[in-house]
Amino acid sequence: MSDASPSVNDAILQVEHLSMKFGGLVAIGDLSFQARRGEITALIGPNGAGKTTVFNCITGFYKPSEGMLTLNRRDGSSYLLERLPNHEIPARAKVARTFQNIRLFSGMTLLENLLVAQHNKLMKASGYTILGLFGFSGYRTASAESIDLARHWLEKADLVDRADDPAGDLPYGAQRRLEIARAMCTGPELLCLDEPAAGLNPKESMALNALLMDIKDNTGTSILLIEHDMAVVMQISDHVVVLEYGRKISDGSPHAVRTDPRVIAAYLGVEDEDVETVLIEVGDEDVIEQLDTGPDATHGPGSSSSYFAGPVTDTVGHSEGERVTVSKGASKAGQVDARSGAAARPASPAEAKPTEKPSAAKSSAAKPAAKAPAKPKTPGDSNRGGGNE
Amino acid sequence: MQYFVQQLINGLTLGSIYGLIAIGYTMVYGIIGMINFAHGDIFMVGAFTALIVFLILGALFYSVPVVIALLVMMIVAMLLTSLYNWTIEKVAYRPLRGSFRLAPLITAIGMSIALSNFVQVTQGPRNKPIPPMVSKVYNIEGVSVSLKQIVIVIVTALLLALFWYLVNKTSLGRAQRACEQDRKMAALLGIDVDRTISITFVMGAALAAVAGTLFLMYYGVIAFSDGFTPGVKAFTAAVLGGIGSLPGAVLGGLMIGFIESMWSAYFSIDYKDVAAFSILAIVLIFLPSGILGRPEVEKV
Amino acid sequence: MAVTTSPERDIVATPMQRATREALYAGAIALGLFVLFIGLRTDQNISNELILVQRWWLLAVVVVLTMAGRFLYVAYGQPFLANQKIVDVATGLLPESMAARFFRLPYFIAAIVTVAVLVFLAGSLDGLLGPGLAGYARFLRALAIIYALASVMFYFRTFIHAHFSALGITALALYPIIVVLVLALYGGSVAAGFQGSLKWVDNYGIQILIYVMLAWGLNIVVGLAGLLDLGYVAFYAVGAYAYALLGTQYGLSFWILLPAAGAMAAFWGVLLGFPVLRLRGDYLAIVTLAFGEIIRLVLINWREVTNGSAGISGIPKVTFFGLMTFNVSDPNYVAKVLDIATSSAYYKIFLYYLILGLCLLTAFVTIRLRRMPVGRAWEALREDEIACRSLGINTTTTKLTAFATGAMFGGFAGSFFAARQGFVSPESFIFLESAIILAIVVLGGMGSLVGIAVAAMVMIGGTEVLRELDFLKQVFGPDFTPELYRMLLFGMAMVIVMLWKPRGFVGSREPTAFLKESRAVSGSFTKEGHG
Repeated sequence: MSDASPSVNDAILQVEHLSMKFGGLVAIGDLSFQARRGEITALIGPNGAGKTTVFNCITGFYKPSEGMLTLNRRDGSSYLLERLPNHEIPARAKVARTFQNIRLFSGMTLLENLLVAQHNKLMKASGYTILGLFGFSGYRTASAESIDLARHWLEKADLVDRADDPAGDLPYGAQRRLEIARAMCTGPELLCLDEPAAGLNPKESMALNALLMDIKDNTGTSILLIEHDMAVVMQISDHVVVLEYGRKISDGSPHAVRTDPRVIAAYLGVEDEDVETVLIEVGDEDVIEQLDTGPDATHGPGSSSSYFAGPVTDTVGHSEGERVTVSKGASKAGQVDARSGAAARPASPAEAKPTEKPSAAKSSAAKPAAKAPAKPKTPGDSNRGGGNE
Repeated sequence: MQYFVQQLINGLTLGSIYGLIAIGYTMVYGIIGMINFAHGDIFMVGAFTALIVFLILGALFYSVPVVIALLVMMIVAMLLTSLYNWTIEKVAYRPLRGSFRLAPLITAIGMSIALSNFVQVTQGPRNKPIPPMVSKVYNIEGVSVSLKQIVIVIVTALLLALFWYLVNKTSLGRAQRACEQDRKMAALLGIDVDRTISITFVMGAALAAVAGTLFLMYYGVIAFSDGFTPGVKAFTAAVLGGIGSLPGAVLGGLMIGFIESMWSAYFSIDYKDVAAFSILAIVLIFLPSGILGRPEVEKV
Repeated sequence: MAVTTSPERDIVATPMQRATREALYAGAIALGLFVLFIGLRTDQNISNELILVQRWWLLAVVVVLTMAGRFLYVAYGQPFLANQKIVDVATGLLPESMAARFFRLPYFIAAIVTVAVLVFLAGSLDGLLGPGLAGYARFLRALAIIYALASVMFYFRTFIHAHFSALGITALALYPIIVVLVLALYGGSVAAGFQGSLKWVDNYGIQILIYVMLAWGLNIVVGLAGLLDLGYVAFYAVGAYAYALLGTQYGLSFWILLPAAGAMAAFWGVLLGFPVLRLRGDYLAIVTLAFGEIIRLVLINWREVTNGSAGISGIPKVTFFGLMTFNVSDPNYVAKVLDIATSSAYYKIFLYYLILGLCLLTAFVTIRLRRMPVGRAWEALREDEIACRSLGINTTTTKLTAFATGAMFGGFAGSFFAARQGFVSPESFIFLESAIILAIVVLGGMGSLVGIAVAAMVMIGGTEVLRELDFLKQVFGPDFTPELYRMLLFGMAMVIVMLWKPRGFVGSREPTAFLKESRAVSGSFTKEGHG
């Protein structure tokens, strides 16, 4: 089962040539990447890029059309995730996950939520219910231990005060942390988090970062993360994979990814002079009109770049299943590719901008870049985005 | 061969009645997602109304042409039965809309019990036989087709055509389909959701009343407890065809009718219902959302 | 383009005007609904032809009553209920609750006095008042007793609430003894006490407890695991026929067949569950309904084995753990062994304790299982199946265990039922039974054992009480049989209770584990499952 190549020993998860088709729709096409053990790997990309679909394939909710998903556990055993039944992936391959639209057992208390997560362990301890029913002490010890573990994670998630409240009663941010704590109670080696920071306020977001760093540092659990909040991504991840329309467009360290022109194109749109052609291709006449009558030239080239999120709205609405319909020419990364092939890369402002940016810009520069398409007319964003020109 | 064709005709007759009842189930399920358990009893109330109207006509006039009698029975049954279903929806289902999912199911079962017992209390527990209304039988190449069967099939076909027109071509039908998709959004767009749902119940009841009248004419007898079995079978038909799908309900009704008549003809009359239910179970195991139902997408 | 246009809201009308209008509407609707069904009655004449009997006066009464009821509700009921929720500005308190107004010391004393007088006069009531009024007097006495008991319960409500389970079990354990004692005092002899207790122990006690047990069994499937099962009665039938057939054919004892019947029902539960559990929601409901019907139809039609609709009779009685029997002709007859007077009440009382024991076993196992991983997995399954799978829970086996456990208790109850009746027939296992059991589970509050027990008591006991209302014959004439209205009222009660409390009597949920303190979870958070 284990792979022969030496470089994979430190890879906890290997995704090779993963494809997922829904009918004629290609949600993921030939995707390959690795998540290394003990690291936080972030999977980013505009909405509809197929990130959640990748997660669903990894955690067995979808059976991929093609491809291989190998999980290497610490003890040396490997599992082909696409062949395991859904519920055995957390049980045997030790992959835990959270959901984009939080799925807690809302009528059960926080503690109970965390005890359900230890189901398989407790089932064994209770002799598959029979011994436990007759009150054997083995189950009682295991039960006490499981409560201790639950308490441990409740403390980590800063929820121990509310342990006996129903999960549905928690505020949103706390629900997110509880879901992570619950996933951790299964004792995972790989933790998959689907947009853990979505909808959190800055304070909650900070707490989340702390929790994730804590998990990474103290448990050795590797984390695979889908996130739109670039502050979170850039701050905590060791490795970033960027998807667009089901294909990988970039892969590397946060810094490398941030400076990758294809990523910037995917998030920001392409440079000014190409905008109109893109929009015509996309067929978005409203935006063209706005553009014509819109901002004056004094705002500089940077200002207009944030208009061109076009059909891709980011961070505002989260679709439940990431279904992709690719209109011809909508892939901005693809346009960058095409353009660079044809015109041998003129030093266009949009491409040059990030590379010229001083390194101090770090996350603050990336964040508005990601957020910008959501609120196209905010001058602050566009000024900051183009501030270095 | 003649025997087979004979059974086919019997099955078609039975299936038409089931199909008419099944539409009521499937429409209500489609629009508010609940199993209207009282629908079988609505059908029974329809048949009973037709019976009483028949007796009134007999008492008032010396003789009434059969066509007119049937028409009057049908129309009065449709009106009164619709009133029943409308009232039930308003009293027992509407206050629970959007609450706990099992609550309307329980009130529906309660209404079913109450309706059949209401009829038992007011009309007595016995079977109510009527003299045959239509007794002409045609013999075509060894296959006997009774006029009753022809009437049932024709009336069903006409009603279905009318109904299809209502649902697919009128603004009412559009409102209904919109409510099925998304009730909240439909309300925001100015559709009177309460009214649309009421009309759905009325339409379902009217079809069930026609089925009841036809049932009374075909079998010549009705009792207060006769709502349950046809009701369950029609519901089975609706699920078999794919609940929520109108052509599915008719198709399911016909299938149940054929299965029943074929099974009683070729195997054993005792186990015809067992056959119908077993086929339901088997179909659902292989086609979990029925024959014409939209597959349910599991959202993660 | 208003979303919901109701004329009441558009026009500002005084409550009286509104009530009058609403009453007129209600009257018109009632007239439409009832004109054929109450105004006319189909009857058979001497030559067996259907004729119509006219009852317009009855129709008029019903319509007028409907109008009056609607009028009173809109004019007085609604404002009153609305007022109940308004906090008094001066005191900051809610107005005195209806219950507190209803239970008051003077009323309580009046009730006690009434009871005392009527019990004292019990023997001479007929002579004093004539048979008609005496019937009313007995009814009044029953009401006064109920009111007095309810007042006592209301007074001690906090205590009762805190110790509900213990008090309930004690009351149930003492119930036959109290009944026998009271009736013995009343009738003047022990024999009369036993004889009189038959009805109370059998019709009320055993009957209600069978439903409690069935509902607790179904609760595991519907209330905990959230799987909607409309064919639960099938497992009840399997248990009953298992005991009936094996007991009559092979003469095996109840004590061997009880576990066997449970195991057999559980086996059928798994057999049915395996193919259908991947179905979701209402599809599962209809397949279980179909399965229940299939079992019943097979019981009717497989005449060689089940004797068809005629059923199986002569099912052996339960023995007193093999030590004594309840057959008068037997040398080991309980009265002979213990040297006491012969009475058929012993068997009923024994059966009462047997079913009570079975109920307590069900409750014990349910409570135990809820605190075990499998029970928590059931509840988690009800809350969110997808999350369960993401946590490594095998949802198929979890559902199957729920189905099998529920079925097993149904099987136990079935074999008890067969032993109690001494006779089984497919008539006892119709869909209506499944519906009643499900209704009890939902009315009680899904998952709550106490709520379900209360619901069974109210619904089953309530309809049994109708048998006692013989005095109504004085009002409505000798043809009037209150029993006929049993199921009509049962159905209406189901609707009314659901409208009043959509989540059942006990809407909250007890957590199965706690760190600091156990707090009940409000029903608004729990989900009802989709299966």
